Amino acid sequence: MKLTLKVWRQANATAKGEIKTYPLDGVSPDMSFLEMLDLLNEQLVTQGEEPVAFDHDCREGICGMCSLMINGQAHGPEVTTTCQLHMRSFNDGDTITIEPWRADPFPVIKDLVVDRSAFDRIIQSGGYISANTGSAPEANSVPAPRDKAMRAFNVATCIGCGACVAACPNGSASLFLGAKITHLGELPQGQPERWSRVVDMVTQHDAEGFGGCTNIGECTAACPKEIPLDVISQLNKDLRTAMKHGL
Amino acid sequence: MAVTGLIFIGYVLAHMYGNLKVFAGQEAFDTYAHHLRTFGEPMLPYEGLLWIMRVVLLLSVIGHAYAAFTLWARASKARSQKYVVKKAVAATLSSKMMRWGGVALLLFVVFHLLHLTTRTITPGGDQESPYERMIVSFQPERWYIAVIYLLAMAALAMHLRHGVWSACQTLGFTNSARARVRANTAAIFLAVVIAGGFALVPLSILFGIVE
Amino acid sequence: MATTLHDGLTPLNVAPEQKSDDAAGYYSLGDKLVDPVAPTGPIAQRWTTRKFENRLVNPANRRKLDIIIVGTGLAGGAAAATLGEAGYNVKSFCYQDSPRRAHSIAAQGGINAAKNYKEDGDSTFRLFYDTVKGGDYRARENNVYRLAEESANIIDQCVAQGVPFAREYGGLLDNRSFGGVQVSRTFYARGQTGQQLLIGAYQAMERQVAAGTVEQFTRHEMLELIIVDGKARGIVTRDMVTGAIDTHLADVVVLASGGYGNVFYLSTNAMGSNVTAAWRAHRKGAYMANPCYTQIHPTCIPVTGSHQSKLTLMSESLRNDGRIWVPKNVEDCEKDPRQIPEADRDYFLERIYPSFGNLVPRDIASRAAKYMCDEGRGVGPQVAEVGPDGEERMVRRGVYLDFADAIERLGKHGVEEKYDNLLDMYARITGENPYETPMRIYPAVHYVMGGLWVDYHLQSNIEGLFVAGEANFSDHGANRLGASALMQGLADGYFVLPNTIRDYLADGPFEKVAENHPDVVAARAAVEERVNKFLAIQGTRSVESYHKELGSIMWEYCGMERTEDGLKLAISKIRDLRADFWTNVKVLGASDNLNQDLEKAGRVADFLELGELMCIDALNRRESCGGHFRGESQTEDGEALRHDDEFAYVAAWEWGGDSNDGGEPVLHKEDLIYTAIEMKQRSYK
Ligand SMILES: Cc1cc2nc3c(=O)[nH]c(=O)nc-3n(C[C@H](O)[C@H](O)[C@H](O)COP(=O)(O)OP(=O)(O)OC[C@H]3O[C@@H](n4cnc5c(N)ncnc54)[C@H](O)[C@@H]3O)c2cc1C
Ligand code: HEM
Ligand code: HEM
Ligand code: SF4
Ligand code: F3S
Ligand code: FES
Repeated sequence: MKLTLKVWRQANATAKGEIKTYPLDGVSPDMSFLEMLDLLNEQLVTQGEEPVAFDHDCREGICGMCSLMINGQAHGPEVTTTCQLHMRSFNDGDTITIEPWRADPFPVIKDLVVDRSAFDRIIQSGGYISANTGSAPEANSVPAPRDKAMRAFNVATCIGCGACVAACPNGSASLFLGAKITHLGELPQGQPERWSRVVDMVTQHDAEGFGGCTNIGECTAACPKEIPLDVISQLNKDLRTAMKHGL
Repeated sequence: MAVTGLIFIGYVLAHMYGNLKVFAGQEAFDTYAHHLRTFGEPMLPYEGLLWIMRVVLLLSVIGHAYAAFTLWARASKARSQKYVVKKAVAATLSSKMMRWGGVALLLFVVFHLLHLTTRTITPGGDQESPYERMIVSFQPERWYIAVIYLLAMAALAMHLRHGVWSACQTLGFTNSARARVRANTAAIFLAVVIAGGFALVPLSILFGIVE
Repeated sequence: MATTLHDGLTPLNVAPEQKSDDAAGYYSLGDKLVDPVAPTGPIAQRWTTRKFENRLVNPANRRKLDIIIVGTGLAGGAAAATLGEAGYNVKSFCYQDSPRRAHSIAAQGGINAAKNYKEDGDSTFRLFYDTVKGGDYRARENNVYRLAEESANIIDQCVAQGVPFAREYGGLLDNRSFGGVQVSRTFYARGQTGQQLLIGAYQAMERQVAAGTVEQFTRHEMLELIIVDGKARGIVTRDMVTGAIDTHLADVVVLASGGYGNVFYLSTNAMGSNVTAAWRAHRKGAYMANPCYTQIHPTCIPVTGSHQSKLTLMSESLRNDGRIWVPKNVEDCEKDPRQIPEADRDYFLERIYPSFGNLVPRDIASRAAKYMCDEGRGVGPQVAEVGPDGEERMVRRGVYLDFADAIERLGKHGVEEKYDNLLDMYARITGENPYETPMRIYPAVHYVMGGLWVDYHLQSNIEGLFVAGEANFSDHGANRLGASALMQGLADGYFVLPNTIRDYLADGPFEKVAENHPDVVAARAAVEERVNKFLAIQGTRSVESYHKELGSIMWEYCGMERTEDGLKLAISKIRDLRADFWTNVKVLGASDNLNQDLEKAGRVADFLELGELMCIDALNRRESCGGHFRGESQTEDGEALRHDDEFAYVAAWEWGGDSNDGGEPVLHKEDLIYTAIEMKQRSYK
C-alpha cells in the first residue's frame, strides 16, 4: 500500500507545531498502525530527519499508552486502541491525518506525545479504596453480588488512554471519571469513601481544566474499552447523593 | 442546567396545552388567558400566579443561560488548539446545535414577548383579545410571522430532543443501557409532541383551519 | 505420584559437581556463593520466624529514611504503596507516562493463591511443591515456600482494594485451574487479571502520593546506580521530557524494573521493557543469576512479516478447549485448513503425550510446535529467517489451534462466553475469524526467570540494593508455573520487601551522601558521556536494525533449543554486532528533549551485552531443564534430560568487563540443597 501521511510535528512543548506531509510506500495491510509509523520513522532516519515521536508501550491494547487522532477520530476508525488498529482498515492511496490528543489539560510534549499526568492527579484525589497493606479481612468474608461485581469489572477495564477527552467536543474527562466512580462505587469495599470520593474527584477534574459534560456521547464511541455512557449518569447520581449528604 | 431545563419543559408543556385551546374557539382561549390572570384571587393579586411564573421563568432563563455560557467557556478553554480534522461519530445534530439552538430560542422568546405579551410588535394591528392577536398575526399574507414561529419550533424540537435526554443523564436517571434507551425515546417523543403541538396553531391559522 | 512431606531439617541431596565445561574460555570461575541470610528450621516456620527476628524501625525514624524504587509494576507499585503507608520517604520511578502502564498490566490469565476455596486438596505446601517442580528443581526452596505462604494474603489485600475478581453467583470468589495444574487455585478477572491487580496497586500508590509519602517520577529512566562506600545510595536518571540528567540519593535502592525478554526483539513484552536498570547494577557489581532461563510461551499469534514489532500472547487457557494440529503432509500446508480431512491432520501433542495431550507444560508444547515447523509442516504465511547455518530461508511458523470440536461441544455461544475477548483480539490482529477457520499460534518469548541475584531478604550482593519482581531471579527456577509471576511480584512488593528492608534500615538513617561526593559526580558524568557518545557516533544504521539483528541471533541460537556450536557462533556474532553498533549507530536529534531513538539506543546497547552473557550461561549449562533445552542433553526419545548431580546450582555471574576489551564474566555457583522436597525427573508421557 502507498499512503500520504499528514503528521503533526512540534519540536517541544512551547514550539509552534505544523502538519507535515510524508509519502509512504510499502505498507502491508497486516501492519499495525504503529508499525506503519515505525516504517515511516525508519525512512525518516535514513533521510536524516528526526523520527516522529509517539507514545506506545504494550502494543496489545491494554496499557493505554498509545494515543493519536487519526483522520479526526481518537484511535482511528475502529473501536480499539491505535496499537491494535491495523492497516487493513485503510485503502491504498489514502491520505491519513495524524494529530495528538488535543486538550489543554493534556499539553503536547513533542510531535504526537502529550502529557496525561492530569489523570494520575485525578486518581490521587480519591480514586482508590483506603486499605493499608496487611489490614485486609479474609477475601470471602465480604461477598459481592455477582451482577454488581460484573458491572464493576466492565468499567474497571478503562485503560486511562484519554481518548474520551480527545473525542469530547467539550474536552471533558467525564467518562474516565465515571468509570472509576462506578468501579469503586459498585463494590462493597468502596462504600465507606463513596461520597467523598466523587466530590473530590470531580473537584480535581474541574481544577485540571477539563470541560463539563453536556452528554454528547462522542467519548463512549471513541473508547477502546467501550465504557458505556451510564457511568456518567452514575457519576452524576453519586454526586447528587453526596451533596445530599452535605459534602 | 437540568433543573432550569425541566422547568422550561414543564412550562412549554402547559403553554402548549393552553395554546391548543385555540381549536376550542375564541371564548375558550380568552377565558383561559383571563383565568391565568385571575387564578388564586383573592389570595393572590390580579396576575399573581402569572407574575410568580414570570419570575420563576426569568430566573430560570438567567440561570440556564449562565450555566450554558459557563459550560461553553470551559469547553473552549479545555481545547484552545483545535483539531485540523475532527470527525463526530456519535453526536446527534441536536446535541451539536444546543448552544446555537438555545440562543435562537432566547431571541425567539424576546420577539415572542414583544409580539404577543407587550404588544410592541403588532403585525396586522393591535388586538385586545389574545385570540385575535394570534389569528391576525398568522394570516397567510403575513406568512413570515408564521415562518419565524415555525423555525423557532424546529429549534425547540432539537433543543428538547437533546435536552430531555441530557437532563436525565445529568440527574443520574440513566444508569443502565435500558434506561438510556428509554430516556432517548422520551426525548424524541417530547420533542415531537411539544414542538408539534405548538406548530399546529400557526399552521392551522395559516391554512385557514382556524379563522 | 505420591508426594512425601519432609520437615526441612535434613538435606535431601548433595552438592552438585559439574563435569562438563562447555563454556571454557568464555568465563572464569569465582568463589562459591551462599545465601547469607537463608533461614533454617522447619520449612513452614522459617518466614514467620524471620519476620519476628528482623528488626523494626521506629515510626519516628521512618520519615528520615529515603527509599528509591525503580519500577511501578506489581512489585514496585505494591512496594511503594506499602512502604509509603509505613511512613518512609519513597521516590518511585518509571519510564512510562504513568505508573499504571507498567507491563504487569498485560498479564491475562490469573494469579495463584493457596486458598483452597474449592476444597480440592490445595494447601500452601502443594502450591510450594507445584512451583518448585514446575521450575524443574532449580529454584530456592526457602523463597518458594514463603511465596506460597503469602499467596493467600495477596488475594485478601487485592479484594480489599477493590480488585474486581471473577465471582460466583453467591457472590464469593471464583477460581479456575490453570496451566495444567490439578487444583483450582487461580484467581482471575476475565482475561485482564494483570490489569486489575496493577490498577489496585497503582491506586494504593497514588493514595500515598496524595498523602505525600511517595513522590512519583514518571518518564524518568534510571541509567546508573550510585554506590558509595560499597552501599547502593542512589540512582542517576534521565528526564525523558527535558533530557535533564539528575541524581537521586537515598538510604536504600529497590529495583523492580521487570524482565528483559526484549533482548529477543520479538517478545510479548512491552516495547519499552528493558534490562538497563538491572544491567547498570550488574556492571557495578551486582550478580546476574541464571540469565539464560527464558520462558517461551506456546500460544502466541505468529509473526506475519519483517515489519513485526512485537508478539501478542493468547492466554494459555485456550489450550483447555482448543486442539493443536498440523497437516500430516507438507503439501497440505498451503491449503485451507477446513479442506484437510481429519485423517490428514496430526494432533501431535495428543499423539506424543497421550496422557496430558494439549495441556503439556509450556516448554514441551513450544518445542513440539517448533519441531513441526522445522519439519516443514508449519502453516500460515512464509516468513524469512536466518537458519542455524546462517543462511536466510523461508519457513512457515505456525500451528493450528482448532476450536471446531469445542464449538460442536459447547456451541458457538459457549465458546464465546468462555473466550470471547481472546478470540476477538485474535480476529482484530489477524483479520481472520477464529470461529470459522482454526487459529494459528506459535511460541514466543514471554518471561525471564533469570535476573539479579538476591538473598532471602531480596537484597543483592551489593549492600542496600534490593531487587523485586521479574527483575530478580529468585522464585521460579528454570521455568515458571503459569499464574505465579503475578503472585511473586505482589508477594515481593506487599509482604516480603517491607518485612526485610526494615532489618536493613534499622541501622539507618545512614550518613547523608553529598551531591558532590566524587562517586556521585562520577556516576552522573558516566551517564552524560554515554548519552553524548550515542549522539556523536553519527553512523549509518538505525538503532532498531541492531535490535532486530540481535533478536534474531538470540532466538535462533539461544531460544527454544540450544547447542554448543550454535551458542558459540551466537557469541561471536553478538561480539561483532556490538563492535559495529558502537561505531556505526545512527541516533538523530538532541539530548535535551524527548528523543525516543536515544532512549532506545541505551537499551539496545545493554541488550548487546546481556545477550552475550545469556549465551555463555546457556553454553555452560549442558543440561536440559525447565524451559531450557540443550540439544546435547536429551533422553533416547528426545525428551529433556536434567543433570542434578552437575547443575543443581544457581549460576550467578559477576561482570568482568566487555569481552571486546578482553573482559570475561566470573561465575559464582550457589548450590541448591533441598530439605523439604526430593528432586525427581519429570515425565509427561
Ligand atoms: C503478555 C503477558 C502475559 C502474562 N500473563 C501472566 C499471567 O497470566 N500470570 C502471571 O502470573 N504472570 C503473567 N505474566 C508475567 C507477569 O506479568 C510479569 O512477570 C510481572 O507482571 C512483572 O512485574 P514487575 O513488577 O516485576 O515488572 P513490570 O510490571 O514489568 O514493571 C517494570 C517497571 O519498571 C519500570 N522500569 C523498567 N526499566 C526502567 C528504567 N530503566 N528506569 C525506570 N523505570 C524502569 C517500568 O516503567 C515499569 O514500571 C505475563 C507477562 C506478559 C508479558
Ligand atoms: C436562553 C436561551 C437558552 C440557551 C442559551 C440554552 C442553552 C442550552 C445549553 C447550552 C444547554 C446545555 C446542553 C446540555 O446540557 O446538553 C441546554 C440544555 C437544556 N435546555 Fe436550554 N437553552 C436555552 C433555552 C431553553 C429553553 C427555552 C428550554 C425549554 C423549552 C430549554 C431546555 C433545555 C433543557 C431541558 C436542557 C437540558 C439540561 C441538561 O442537560 O441538564 N433551554 N440549553
Ligand atoms: C407557536 C407557538 C406559540 C404560540 C402560538 C404562542 C402563543 C402565545 C400567546 C398567545 C401568548 C400570550 C398569552 C397571554 O398574554 O395571555 C404567549 C405568551 C408567552 N409565550 Fe408563547 N406561544 C408559542 C410558543 C412559545 C414558546 C416555544 C415559548 C418558550 C420557549 C413561549 C413562551 C411564552 C411566554 C414566556 C409568554 C409570556 C407569558 C406571560 O408572562 O404572560 N411561547 N404565547
Ligand atoms: S474511559 Fe475509555 S477512552 Fe476514556 S480513558 Fe478510559 S479507556 Fe480511554
Ligand atoms: S463526549 Fe463529552 S459531553 Fe459528555 S457524554 Fe462524552 S464527555
Ligand atoms: S500501546 Fe498499550 S494500549 Fe496501545
